[in-house]
Amino acid sequence: MIKILVQRDNFDIGVETTEIAKLGGGALASFIGQVRADNGLHTLELEHYPAMTEKSLHAIAEHAKAHWNLHAITIIHRVGPLPVGDNIVLVITGSDHRQAAIDACSYAMDQLKTVAPFWKKEQFDNGRSEWVQERQSDLQAAKNWDD
Amino acid sequence: MNRTITILYFAWVRERLGKDQEIVDLPDSAVTVADLIGCLIESSADHREVLKNLEKLRFALDQDFVSLDQAIGSAKELAIFPPVTGG
Repeated sequence: MIKILVQRDNFDIGVETTEIAKLGGGALASFIGQVRADNGLHTLELEHYPAMTEKSLHAIAEHAKAHWNLHAITIIHRVGPLPVGDNIVLVITGSDHRQAAIDACSYAMDQLKTVAPFWKKEQFDNGRSEWVQERQSDLQAAKNWDD
Repeated sequence: MNRTITILYFAWVRERLGKDQEIVDLPDSAVTVADLIGCLIESSADHREVLKNLEKLRFALDQDFVSLDQAIGSAKELAIFPPVTGG
C-alpha cells in the first residue's frame, strides 16, 4: 500500500498507524515533523507545486517500498499556514523487520526535504517574514543514501 | 505557428515577479532551458533582476528537475523556483 496525501488539514497518527498495522507486518516506524518554536516564530506558511509534489512523493514512496520490501508507506504533508506546534509531515512505514521500517522512514524524510517541491516561509511575531533557505546538512543526508 | 510554454513561479521568485505564471512564445532559437531563461531575462527589468543568479534557482520541466542545458523538446511547462525546503 502506498498512501500519499497533501492537505491543509491535520492528520491523525493513530488512524494512519492502524491502517498500516492491519496489514500485519509486525514492524512499523513513523516520523512526525512539527513547526518548531524558533526565535519568535509565529507561523510557517507552506507552499507547493501541486502537480510535481504528487509525482515526487509517489517516486519517493515507490522507491522506499521496493528497496526495503515494505508492506506499506504513508506520506502526509500539510500545506498552508501552520502555527507553532502544528504537525507538518507524517511518514509511516510498515515492514516485517525493524531495521527496514526505520531505514525506509528515514530515507523518505531525507528525500522529502531535498526533492519534493515544498517551500516554507517563516512569519515572526514582530511581523517580519522570511523564506527558509536550503541546508547543506539536509542535502548531505539525502546524498548519503546514494552510496 | 508559434509554440508556447507555460512558465510557473514559486516562493520568493513568484513574490518578486508579482505573478505565479505566464504563457510565453517559444522562439525557434530557444532549444534549451538556458535559452528560454535568456528570453525571459530580456522580457522585463523584473525578470532580469529575479533571474540574475541562476545558481540560486532550480528548474523543473514538466514536473521533473532539469539542468539549464536540458533541451525543452515538446515540454508544456517550465517551473522556476528556489531550492526546496519541505519536510
